[in-house]
Amino acid sequence: MKNSGVRIAVLSGKGGAGKTLLSVNLAAAAGKSVYIDCDVEEPNGHLFFKPQIARENDVTVKVPFVTESLCSGCRKCVDFCKFNALAFIKSKPYVFEEVCHSCGGCMLLCPQNAIAERNKAVGKELEGVSQNVTVKTGILNTGEASGVPIIKKLLEACCDCGEPVFIDCPPGSACIVMESIRDADYCILVAEPTVFGAHNLGMVFDLVRLFKKPYGVVLNKCLEGENPAEQFCAEHKARVLGRIPFDSELGMLSSEARIAVRESERFGALFSNLLKTVMKEVRHEAASYTQR
Amino acid sequence: MRIAIPVDEQSMESGVCPSFGRAPYFLFYNTVTEESYYLDNGAVASQGGAGIRAAQVIADHGAGVLITPRCGENAEEVLRRSEVLIYKSIPGTAKQNIDAYEAEQLVLLSDFHPGFHGHEK
Repeated sequence: MKNSGVRIAVLSGKGGAGKTLLSVNLAAAAGKSVYIDCDVEEPNGHLFFKPQIARENDVTVKVPFVTESLCSGCRKCVDFCKFNALAFIKSKPYVFEEVCHSCGGCMLLCPQNAIAERNKAVGKELEGVSQNVTVKTGILNTGEASGVPIIKKLLEACCDCGEPVFIDCPPGSACIVMESIRDADYCILVAEPTVFGAHNLGMVFDLVRLFKKPYGVVLNKCLEGENPAEQFCAEHKARVLGRIPFDSELGMLSSEARIAVRESERFGALFSNLLKTVMKEVRHEAASYTQR
Repeated sequence: MRIAIPVDEQSMESGVCPSFGRAPYFLFYNTVTEESYYLDNGAVASQGGAGIRAAQVIADHGAGVLITPRCGENAEEVLRRSEVLIYKSIPGTAKQNIDAYEAEQLVLLSDFHPGFHGHEK
Protein backbone atom coordinates (compact mmCIF):
# COMPACT_ATOMS: atom_id res chain seq x y z
CA MET A 1 0.00 0.00 0.00
CA LYS A 2 1.33 3.41 -0.95
CA ASN A 3 0.93 6.66 0.93
CA SER A 4 -1.48 7.84 -1.69
CA GLY A 5 -5.13 8.02 -0.84
CA VAL A 6 -4.80 7.29 2.87
CA ARG A 7 -7.08 9.29 5.09
CA ILE A 8 -5.61 10.46 8.36
CA ALA A 9 -7.86 12.11 10.93
CA VAL A 10 -6.43 14.37 13.61
CA LEU A 11 -8.53 14.70 16.73
CA SER A 12 -8.45 15.75 20.36
CA GLY A 13 -10.85 15.82 23.26
CA LYS A 14 -10.62 19.59 23.64
CA GLY A 15 -10.03 22.68 21.55
CA GLY A 16 -6.59 24.25 21.41
CA ALA A 17 -4.67 20.98 21.82
CA GLY A 18 -3.02 21.31 18.41
CA LYS A 19 -5.23 19.57 15.83
CA THR A 20 -4.94 22.38 13.31
CA LEU A 21 -1.22 22.91 13.97
CA LEU A 22 -0.57 19.24 13.36
CA SER A 23 -2.88 18.60 10.41
CA VAL A 24 -1.88 21.79 8.57
CA ASN A 25 1.82 21.05 9.00
CA LEU A 26 1.51 17.37 8.10
CA ALA A 27 -0.37 18.29 4.92
CA ALA A 28 2.23 20.95 4.09
CA ALA A 29 5.05 18.48 4.77
CA ALA A 30 3.38 15.85 2.58
CA GLY A 31 3.53 18.12 -0.46
CA LYS A 32 0.77 17.00 -2.80
CA SER A 33 -2.06 16.33 -0.40
CA VAL A 34 -5.55 17.27 0.68
CA TYR A 35 -6.35 19.14 3.88
CA ILE A 36 -9.97 19.04 5.04
CA ASP A 37 -11.17 21.29 7.84
CA CYS A 38 -14.09 19.45 9.44
CA ASP A 39 -14.25 21.85 12.38
CA VAL A 40 -17.20 23.46 10.64
CA GLU A 41 -18.30 25.49 13.67
CA GLU A 42 -15.04 27.41 13.70
CA PRO A 43 -12.82 26.43 10.76
CA ASN A 44 -9.36 27.97 10.98
CA GLY A 45 -7.05 25.88 8.78
CA HIS A 46 -7.72 28.27 5.89
CA LEU A 47 -6.17 31.09 7.92
CA PHE A 48 -2.85 29.25 7.62
CA PHE A 49 -3.16 28.03 4.02
CA LYS A 50 -4.82 31.19 2.68
CA PRO A 51 -6.05 29.22 -0.33
CA GLN A 52 -7.29 30.73 -3.58
CA ILE A 53 -10.94 29.71 -3.46
CA ALA A 54 -11.82 27.89 -6.67
CA ARG A 55 -15.18 26.43 -5.74
CA GLU A 56 -17.92 27.29 -3.26
CA ASN A 57 -21.12 25.32 -2.78
CA ASP A 58 -24.08 25.53 -0.46
CA VAL A 59 -24.70 22.44 1.65
CA THR A 60 -28.38 21.67 2.04
CA VAL A 61 -30.54 19.29 4.03
CA LYS A 62 -34.10 18.16 3.38
CA VAL A 63 -36.83 19.58 5.59
CA PRO A 64 -40.56 18.85 5.40
CA PHE A 65 -42.88 21.29 3.74
CA VAL A 66 -46.60 20.97 4.50
CA THR A 67 -49.28 21.84 1.96
CA GLU A 68 -52.06 22.76 4.37
CA SER A 69 -54.85 22.44 1.80
CA LEU A 70 -54.02 18.72 1.43
CA CYS A 71 -53.60 18.08 5.19
CA SER A 72 -56.48 16.26 6.88
CA GLY A 73 -55.13 16.97 10.38
CA CYS A 74 -54.69 13.26 11.22
CA ARG A 75 -51.62 14.10 13.31
CA LYS A 76 -49.71 10.96 12.29
CA CYS A 77 -46.63 12.96 11.30
CA VAL A 78 -46.52 14.85 14.62
CA ASP A 79 -46.88 11.70 16.70
CA PHE A 80 -44.23 9.94 14.60
CA CYS A 81 -41.47 12.53 14.90
CA LYS A 82 -39.08 11.30 17.60
CA PHE A 83 -37.15 14.55 17.43
CA ASN A 84 -40.22 16.66 18.25
CA ALA A 85 -39.61 18.72 15.14
CA LEU A 86 -43.34 18.84 14.40
CA ALA A 87 -45.99 20.46 16.56
CA PHE A 88 -49.75 20.21 16.09
CA ILE A 89 -51.16 23.70 16.17
CA LYS A 90 -54.78 24.44 15.40
CA SER A 91 -55.16 20.98 13.79
CA LYS A 92 -52.21 21.42 11.39
CA PRO A 93 -48.56 20.31 11.64
CA TYR A 94 -46.04 23.08 12.23
CA VAL A 95 -42.40 22.44 11.32
CA PHE A 96 -39.40 23.39 13.49
CA GLU A 97 -36.76 23.15 10.78
CA GLU A 98 -33.74 23.51 13.05
CA VAL A 99 -34.90 20.55 15.17
CA CYS A 100 -35.56 18.33 12.11
CA HIS A 101 -33.05 15.54 11.47
CA SER A 102 -34.10 15.11 7.80
CA CYS A 103 -35.20 11.49 8.27
CA GLY A 104 -38.09 11.91 5.84
CA GLY A 105 -40.40 9.78 7.99
CA CYS A 106 -43.21 12.31 8.17
CA MET A 107 -43.32 12.55 4.38
CA LEU A 108 -43.46 8.76 3.94
CA LEU A 109 -46.14 8.41 6.60
CA CYS A 110 -48.56 11.12 5.47
CA PRO A 111 -51.69 9.39 4.09
CA GLN A 112 -52.67 12.56 2.19
CA ASN A 113 -49.25 13.17 0.58
CA ALA A 114 -49.47 16.62 2.09
CA ILE A 115 -45.80 16.67 3.06
CA ALA A 116 -43.05 17.28 0.53
CA GLU A 117 -39.37 17.98 1.13
CA ARG A 118 -37.48 21.11 0.27
CA ASN A 119 -33.79 21.96 0.45
CA LYS A 120 -32.61 24.16 3.25
CA ALA A 121 -29.06 25.55 3.26
CA VAL A 122 -27.18 24.81 6.50
CA GLY A 123 -23.72 25.92 5.43
CA LYS A 124 -21.05 25.96 2.75
CA GLU A 125 -18.14 23.94 1.48
CA LEU A 126 -15.18 25.76 -0.04
CA GLU A 127 -12.28 24.39 -1.99
CA GLY A 128 -9.04 26.08 -2.94
CA VAL A 129 -5.34 25.50 -3.43
CA SER A 130 -2.30 26.50 -1.40
CA GLN A 131 0.93 25.43 -3.15
CA ASN A 132 0.52 21.64 -3.55
CA VAL A 133 -2.21 21.32 -0.97
CA THR A 134 -5.89 21.17 -1.85
CA VAL A 135 -7.68 22.92 0.99
CA LYS A 136 -11.30 22.08 1.74
CA THR A 137 -13.24 23.98 4.35
CA GLY A 138 -16.73 23.50 5.72
CA ILE A 139 -18.65 26.35 7.30
CA LEU A 140 -21.81 25.80 9.34
CA ASN A 141 -24.32 28.65 9.26
CA THR A 142 -24.77 30.41 12.58
CA GLY A 143 -27.68 29.00 14.54
CA GLU A 144 -27.69 25.58 12.85
CA ALA A 145 -27.62 22.65 15.26
CA SER A 146 -25.49 20.09 13.44
CA GLY A 147 -22.48 20.19 11.15
CA VAL A 148 -22.81 16.53 10.19
CA PRO A 149 -24.32 17.17 6.71
CA ILE A 150 -21.42 19.49 5.85
CA ILE A 151 -18.81 16.99 7.02
CA LYS A 152 -20.50 14.25 4.97
CA LYS A 153 -20.32 16.48 1.90
CA LEU A 154 -16.66 17.41 2.52
CA LEU A 155 -15.58 13.79 2.89
CA GLU A 156 -17.70 12.06 0.25
CA ALA A 157 -15.92 13.76 -2.63
CA CYS A 158 -12.42 12.61 -1.74
CA CYS A 159 -12.69 8.86 -1.39
CA ASP A 160 -10.31 8.14 -4.25
CA CYS A 161 -8.41 11.31 -5.00
CA GLY A 162 -5.12 9.39 -4.84
CA GLU A 163 -3.42 11.84 -2.49
CA PRO A 164 -2.99 11.59 1.27
CA VAL A 165 -5.87 13.30 3.04
CA PHE A 166 -5.51 15.05 6.39
CA ILE A 167 -8.77 15.54 8.24
CA ASP A 168 -8.77 18.31 10.86
CA CYS A 169 -11.57 17.17 13.18
CA PRO A 170 -13.80 19.25 15.45
CA PRO A 171 -12.87 19.06 19.14
CA GLY A 172 -14.48 16.54 21.45
CA SER A 173 -15.97 13.13 20.77
CA ALA A 174 -19.55 13.88 19.71
CA CYS A 175 -21.45 13.05 16.49
CA ILE A 176 -19.54 15.51 14.32
CA VAL A 177 -16.24 13.92 15.33
CA MET A 178 -17.60 10.41 14.69
CA GLU A 179 -18.68 11.53 11.22
CA SER A 180 -15.21 13.03 10.61
CA ILE A 181 -13.32 9.82 11.49
CA ARG A 182 -15.85 7.35 10.08
CA ASP A 183 -13.94 6.59 6.89
CA ALA A 184 -10.47 7.46 8.19
CA ASP A 185 -7.71 4.87 7.76
CA TYR A 186 -5.77 6.16 10.74
CA CYS A 187 -6.39 8.51 13.67
CA ILE A 188 -3.87 10.79 15.35
CA LEU A 189 -4.80 11.90 18.85
CA VAL A 190 -3.24 15.20 19.95
CA ALA A 191 -2.81 15.88 23.66
CA GLU A 192 -1.49 18.58 25.97
CA PRO A 193 0.79 17.78 28.91
CA THR A 194 -1.77 18.51 31.63
CA VAL A 195 -4.19 16.51 33.77
CA PHE A 196 -7.02 18.06 31.77
CA GLY A 197 -5.19 17.16 28.56
CA ALA A 198 -4.85 13.54 29.68
CA HIS A 199 -8.56 13.41 30.56
CA ASN A 200 -9.50 14.73 27.11
CA LEU A 201 -7.07 12.31 25.51
CA GLY A 202 -9.02 9.55 27.28
CA MET A 203 -12.25 10.68 25.58
CA VAL A 204 -10.88 10.40 22.04
CA PHE A 205 -8.89 7.29 22.98
CA ASP A 206 -12.19 5.60 23.91
CA LEU A 207 -13.79 6.86 20.71
CA VAL A 208 -11.16 5.52 18.27
CA ARG A 209 -11.16 2.18 20.08
CA LEU A 210 -14.94 2.04 19.86
CA PHE A 211 -14.63 2.66 16.11
CA LYS A 212 -11.81 0.09 15.91
CA LYS A 213 -9.53 2.61 14.20
CA PRO A 214 -5.76 2.28 14.24
CA TYR A 215 -4.38 5.24 16.16
CA GLY A 216 -1.32 6.89 17.63
CA VAL A 217 -0.73 9.86 19.90
CA VAL A 218 1.18 13.09 19.32
CA LEU A 219 2.16 14.89 22.50
CA ASN A 220 2.00 18.64 21.98
CA LYS A 221 3.44 21.53 24.02
CA CYS A 222 5.96 19.20 25.64
CA LEU A 223 8.04 20.58 28.51
CA GLU A 224 10.65 19.11 30.82
CA GLY A 225 9.11 17.21 33.70
CA GLU A 226 6.02 15.11 34.10
CA ASN A 227 3.47 14.77 31.32
CA PRO A 228 0.10 13.33 32.41
CA ALA A 229 -0.83 12.66 28.77
CA GLU A 230 2.35 10.63 28.31
CA GLN A 231 1.56 8.72 31.51
CA PHE A 232 -1.88 7.98 30.08
CA CYS A 233 -0.23 6.56 26.93
CA ALA A 234 2.08 4.37 29.01
CA GLU A 235 -0.77 3.08 31.15
CA HIS A 236 -2.99 2.32 28.16
CA LYS A 237 -0.24 1.09 25.85
CA ALA A 238 -1.00 3.82 23.31
CA ARG A 239 1.75 4.36 20.77
CA VAL A 240 3.38 7.81 20.96
CA LEU A 241 4.16 8.92 17.41
CA GLY A 242 6.06 12.02 18.34
CA ARG A 243 6.45 15.10 20.48
CA ILE A 244 6.05 18.76 19.60
CA PRO A 245 7.94 21.02 22.01
CA PHE A 246 6.41 23.96 23.86
CA ASP A 247 8.37 26.43 21.81
CA SER A 248 8.14 30.20 21.47
CA GLU A 249 9.15 30.20 17.78
CA LEU A 250 6.40 27.72 16.96
CA GLY A 251 3.93 29.70 19.06
CA MET A 252 4.92 32.91 17.28
CA LEU A 253 4.56 31.35 13.81
CA SER A 254 1.15 29.97 14.71
CA SER A 255 -0.08 33.22 16.21
CA GLU A 256 0.79 34.93 12.92
CA ALA A 257 -1.05 32.19 10.96
CA ARG A 258 2.16 31.07 9.27
CA ILE A 259 2.84 27.42 8.46
CA ALA A 260 5.89 26.26 10.42
CA VAL A 261 6.86 23.62 7.84
CA ARG A 262 7.06 26.25 5.09
CA GLU A 263 8.96 28.82 7.13
CA SER A 264 11.29 27.04 9.53
CA GLU A 265 13.88 24.39 8.74
CA ARG A 266 13.81 23.12 12.28
CA PHE A 267 10.05 22.54 12.26
CA GLY A 268 10.11 21.40 8.66
CA ALA A 269 12.33 18.55 9.82
CA LEU A 270 10.22 17.87 12.90
CA PHE A 271 6.93 17.55 11.01
CA SER A 272 8.53 15.64 8.10
CA ASN A 273 9.86 13.08 10.56
CA LEU A 274 6.48 12.90 12.23
CA LEU A 275 4.85 12.39 8.83
CA LYS A 276 7.27 9.53 8.08
CA THR A 277 6.42 7.88 11.38
CA VAL A 278 2.70 8.30 10.75
CA MET A 279 2.89 6.89 7.23
CA LYS A 280 4.93 3.92 8.45
CA GLU A 281 2.27 3.26 11.10
CA VAL A 282 -0.52 3.60 8.55
CA ARG A 283 1.13 1.05 6.24
CA HIS A 284 1.81 -1.28 9.14
CA GLU A 285 -1.78 -0.99 10.40
CA ALA A 286 -3.20 -1.45 6.91
CA ALA A 287 -1.12 -4.59 6.47
CA SER A 288 -2.11 -6.09 9.80
CA TYR A 289 -5.71 -5.12 9.16
CA THR A 290 -5.75 -7.09 5.90
CA GLN A 291 -4.35 -10.12 7.74
CA ARG A 292 -7.07 -10.00 10.38
CA MET B 1 -59.79 28.81 32.48
CA ARG B 2 -57.30 25.96 32.77
CA ILE B 3 -53.86 26.77 34.17
CA ALA B 4 -50.75 24.63 33.62
CA ILE B 5 -47.67 24.70 35.88
CA PRO B 6 -44.46 22.62 35.66
CA VAL B 7 -44.00 21.08 39.12
CA ASP B 8 -41.38 19.00 40.93
CA GLU B 9 -43.96 16.88 42.80
CA GLN B 10 -47.60 15.91 42.41
CA SER B 11 -48.86 18.33 45.03
CA MET B 12 -50.34 21.83 45.21
CA GLU B 13 -47.63 22.52 47.78
CA SER B 14 -44.88 21.56 45.31
CA GLY B 15 -42.46 24.18 44.13
CA VAL B 16 -42.58 25.32 40.51
CA CYS B 17 -39.98 23.38 38.52
CA PRO B 18 -37.16 25.62 37.26
CA SER B 19 -37.29 23.83 33.88
CA PHE B 20 -40.36 23.82 31.67
CA GLY B 21 -39.51 21.23 29.00
CA ARG B 22 -37.76 18.88 31.42
CA ALA B 23 -40.15 19.22 34.39
CA PRO B 24 -41.17 15.83 35.82
CA TYR B 25 -44.90 16.72 36.05
CA PHE B 26 -47.40 19.25 34.89
CA LEU B 27 -50.19 20.44 37.15
CA PHE B 28 -53.44 21.39 35.43
CA TYR B 29 -55.85 23.49 37.48
CA ASN B 30 -59.34 24.56 36.47
CA THR B 31 -60.10 28.00 37.94
CA VAL B 32 -63.88 27.51 37.58
CA THR B 33 -64.33 24.03 39.05
CA GLU B 34 -61.17 24.31 41.24
CA GLU B 35 -60.29 20.77 40.15
CA SER B 36 -56.73 19.76 39.45
CA TYR B 37 -54.80 16.84 38.01
CA TYR B 38 -51.19 15.94 37.32
CA LEU B 39 -49.55 14.59 34.21
CA ASP B 40 -46.18 12.87 33.77
CA ASN B 41 -44.08 14.88 31.35
CA GLY B 42 -43.32 12.48 28.50
CA ALA B 43 -40.83 14.97 27.08
CA VAL B 44 -38.51 14.66 30.05
CA ALA B 45 -36.38 11.99 28.36
CA SER B 46 -36.48 13.50 24.85
CA GLN B 47 -33.12 13.86 23.18
CA GLY B 48 -34.18 17.15 21.74
CA GLY B 49 -37.25 19.27 21.25
CA ALA B 50 -38.43 18.69 24.83
CA GLY B 51 -39.83 22.22 25.00
CA ILE B 52 -41.83 21.73 21.80
CA ARG B 53 -43.27 18.45 23.08
CA ALA B 54 -44.06 19.87 26.51
CA ALA B 55 -45.76 22.90 24.98
CA GLN B 56 -47.75 20.53 22.77
CA VAL B 57 -49.05 18.72 25.87
CA ILE B 58 -50.05 22.02 27.47
CA ALA B 59 -51.92 23.04 24.33
CA ASP B 60 -53.50 19.58 23.86
CA HIS B 61 -54.90 19.73 27.39
CA GLY B 62 -56.65 22.96 26.59
CA ALA B 63 -54.74 25.20 28.98
CA GLY B 64 -55.16 28.91 28.38
CA VAL B 65 -52.40 29.91 30.78
CA LEU B 66 -48.95 28.54 31.58
CA ILE B 67 -47.12 29.69 34.71
CA THR B 68 -43.39 28.99 34.47
CA PRO B 69 -40.10 30.58 35.56
CA ARG B 70 -38.60 30.22 32.08
CA CYS B 71 -39.43 28.99 28.63
CA GLY B 72 -37.49 28.41 25.41
CA GLU B 73 -38.13 30.06 22.05
CA ASN B 74 -39.52 26.95 20.37
CA ALA B 75 -41.95 26.21 23.20
CA GLU B 76 -43.00 29.85 23.15
CA GLU B 77 -43.72 29.56 19.43
CA VAL B 78 -46.02 26.56 19.96
CA LEU B 79 -47.76 28.21 22.93
CA ARG B 80 -48.23 31.58 21.23
CA ARG B 81 -49.62 29.97 18.08
CA SER B 82 -51.91 27.84 20.28
CA GLU B 83 -53.05 30.98 22.12
CA VAL B 84 -51.69 29.98 25.51
CA LEU B 85 -50.58 32.95 27.63
CA ILE B 86 -47.27 32.53 29.47
CA TYR B 87 -46.94 34.12 32.91
CA LYS B 88 -43.72 34.32 34.93
CA SER B 89 -43.92 32.33 38.15
CA ILE B 90 -43.07 33.79 41.56
CA PRO B 91 -41.02 32.02 44.26
CA GLY B 92 -43.27 29.71 46.26
CA THR B 93 -45.62 26.79 45.77
CA ALA B 94 -47.89 25.95 42.85
CA LYS B 95 -50.87 26.98 45.02
CA GLN B 96 -49.32 30.38 45.80
CA ASN B 97 -48.76 30.91 42.08
CA ILE B 98 -52.37 30.07 41.26
CA ASP B 99 -53.55 32.47 43.96
CA ALA B 100 -51.23 35.16 42.61
CA TYR B 101 -52.55 34.61 39.08
CA GLU B 102 -56.16 34.89 40.27
CA ALA B 103 -55.28 38.07 42.16
CA GLU B 104 -53.78 39.39 38.90
CA GLN B 105 -50.37 39.71 40.52
CA LEU B 106 -48.40 37.77 37.87
CA VAL B 107 -46.76 39.37 34.85
CA LEU B 108 -46.38 37.92 31.37
CA LEU B 109 -43.04 36.24 30.70
CA SER B 110 -41.16 38.33 28.19
CA ASP B 111 -37.69 36.83 27.76
CA PHE B 112 -37.36 33.46 26.06
CA HIS B 113 -34.02 31.65 26.01
CA PRO B 114 -32.69 30.21 22.74
CA GLY B 115 -32.75 26.68 24.15
CA PHE B 116 -29.96 24.29 24.98
CA HIS B 117 -30.28 21.99 21.96
CA GLY B 118 -27.20 21.41 19.89
CA HIS B 119 -24.97 23.28 22.34
CA GLU B 120 -23.14 20.18 23.46
CA LYS B 121 -19.79 19.48 21.95
